[in-house]
Amino acid sequence: MEKIPMRDGYGKALLELCAEEDSKVMVLDADVAKSTRTVWIREKYPDKFLDMGISEQDMVGTAAGLALSGMVPFCSTYCVFLAGRAWDQIRTTVCYNNLNVKFGGAHAGISVGPDGATHQALEDTAITRVLPNMTVVVPCDAEETRKATLAVAKVNGPCFLRFGREAVPVVTDESTPFELGKARIVKDGTDVTVFANGAMVYEACNAAEKLAEQGISVRIYDLHTVKPLDVETVVRAAKETGAVVTAEEHQIYGGMGSAVAECLALNCPVPMEMVAVNDSFGQSGQPQELMDHYGLNAAGIEEKILKAISRK
Amino acid sequence: MTLNELLTMCRTVRMDILTMVHEAGSGHPGGSLSAAEIMTALYFGDVMHVDPENPDWEDRDRFILSKGHVAPVLYSVLARKGFFPTEELKTLRQFGSILQGHPHKMSTPGLDCSSGSLGQGLSVANGIAIGLKKQNKDSRVYCLLGDGELQEGQIWEAVMTAAQHKLDNVCAIVDYNHVQLDGTTEDIKDLGDLVEKWHAFGWNVIEVDGHNLEAVLKAFAMAAAFKGKPTVLIANTVKGKGVSFMENDCNWHGTAPNADQLAQALEEVNR
Repeated sequence: MEKIPMRDGYGKALLELCAEEDSKVMVLDADVAKSTRTVWIREKYPDKFLDMGISEQDMVGTAAGLALSGMVPFCSTYCVFLAGRAWDQIRTTVCYNNLNVKFGGAHAGISVGPDGATHQALEDTAITRVLPNMTVVVPCDAEETRKATLAVAKVNGPCFLRFGREAVPVVTDESTPFELGKARIVKDGTDVTVFANGAMVYEACNAAEKLAEQGISVRIYDLHTVKPLDVETVVRAAKETGAVVTAEEHQIYGGMGSAVAECLALNCPVPMEMVAVNDSFGQSGQPQELMDHYGLNAAGIEEKILKAISRK
Repeated sequence: MTLNELLTMCRTVRMDILTMVHEAGSGHPGGSLSAAEIMTALYFGDVMHVDPENPDWEDRDRFILSKGHVAPVLYSVLARKGFFPTEELKTLRQFGSILQGHPHKMSTPGLDCSSGSLGQGLSVANGIAIGLKKQNKDSRVYCLLGDGELQEGQIWEAVMTAAQHKLDNVCAIVDYNHVQLDGTTEDIKDLGDLVEKWHAFGWNVIEVDGHNLEAVLKAFAMAAAFKGKPTVLIANTVKGKGVSFMENDCNWHGTAPNADQLAQALEEVNR
């Protein structure tokens, strides 16, 4: 299967947005333009690009001002410094004003690898989804990242995209539907539902294939939009399959799994298990080595699926 | 407005501030009073071009109150300018009021941005200024900063951004009253030579007596005429200006006057 980094999808979409007639898009970066692929904008549309230097808080404030002047700014840098370092700016200046600022959180998750824990964003979904007015999206591959970037550009309000560094399998194509706020069915099934996002969608598919050999039927959704959550689909799937597993490259507390748990606790409690980083920081290592170490792989999902089903 | 009318407006603004904060039972009189001439000059001295009938007018000049806690002085000038009825002033900080404790853009007509978490306003002003230039608009962006607020690191990030992009449509004003919540800036975290600092960062710097209305007006005119660099007014002011018992006292940073104190204060500012 072809592997492409999700950030390529971000860069491609930004190029498309900048090419639109009367485009109001401005792309901001904090000295990591090559990593986030916004360098493509710098090269092709220098007038639409601002390198803010190593000043994430100033970048977000400047983006807020650009939005106030009628532009559509995309703030881009490593996810950990965007959501974390500039959280108060995102909260008070962007979200409180409900400003049309977009965030591209690159290098998210443990799969950043050798850089180690300082650069491995594992908390960003938790701290962005608590903000009023914010939309939070975690696409599953490069193509979906492209579509998600185009989609958030059409929303009038703050939106946070998170995507990884490594080349990951491309599991969607141009014709695959993508609708913000709507979970995408990947595979139907009857015994259990897996809600996955990011690179964990592919891992969930591998887990389901393995379990099919044992006669277990797994339903899989790509839950790319964490906020607003597709409550209808989450509740219906829980009712129909009677057990739920979530899988994400994020801390176990506060992420997409928590969003699903909140929804099910309120609407339709069923046995539920979570695949995520279990309340620890990451460490240096090769991406796959780390994913395996923290159980963020097909085997980890398989184990939780069996556990969830056993609790039915 | 004539100079005399402007001076009368300054007295009115000070009375508004004191009355509002007294009615609310909380709020920030000290830093509001120190900015009365600056704000009066901006909104009534033919410096900023705004339209109370059309608060979202695309070609208006913008104002960002980075030191959001001095909302009372901004609310006073917005009301006196006609953005909303002056009767609203007495609802400051109350449940359901259009006048939130710190500025909230969506609550108050005439506000260009919410603020209250210190250190962020200059970045926003820069962003607006870049956006205006991209759209070939001549509007200017004014940003009022507190001196204590300059202890926030983001301010200096923004100072560099404005210089880098030669944002000559940005005019920052530092309300240099030397007093912050816990004491004097000199005792807490000394700001050093502010004129030299801003100059070293590549700004056009104008030092001005922030309570001399004519001087403030002249400084704004010089700022508007200066091309190629952003301008900062280092406005030397007195915290609590006009009220003898509030002046230079950090205890009046965020305390409301009681009825007796209000009576004396109103008498003093109206002299």
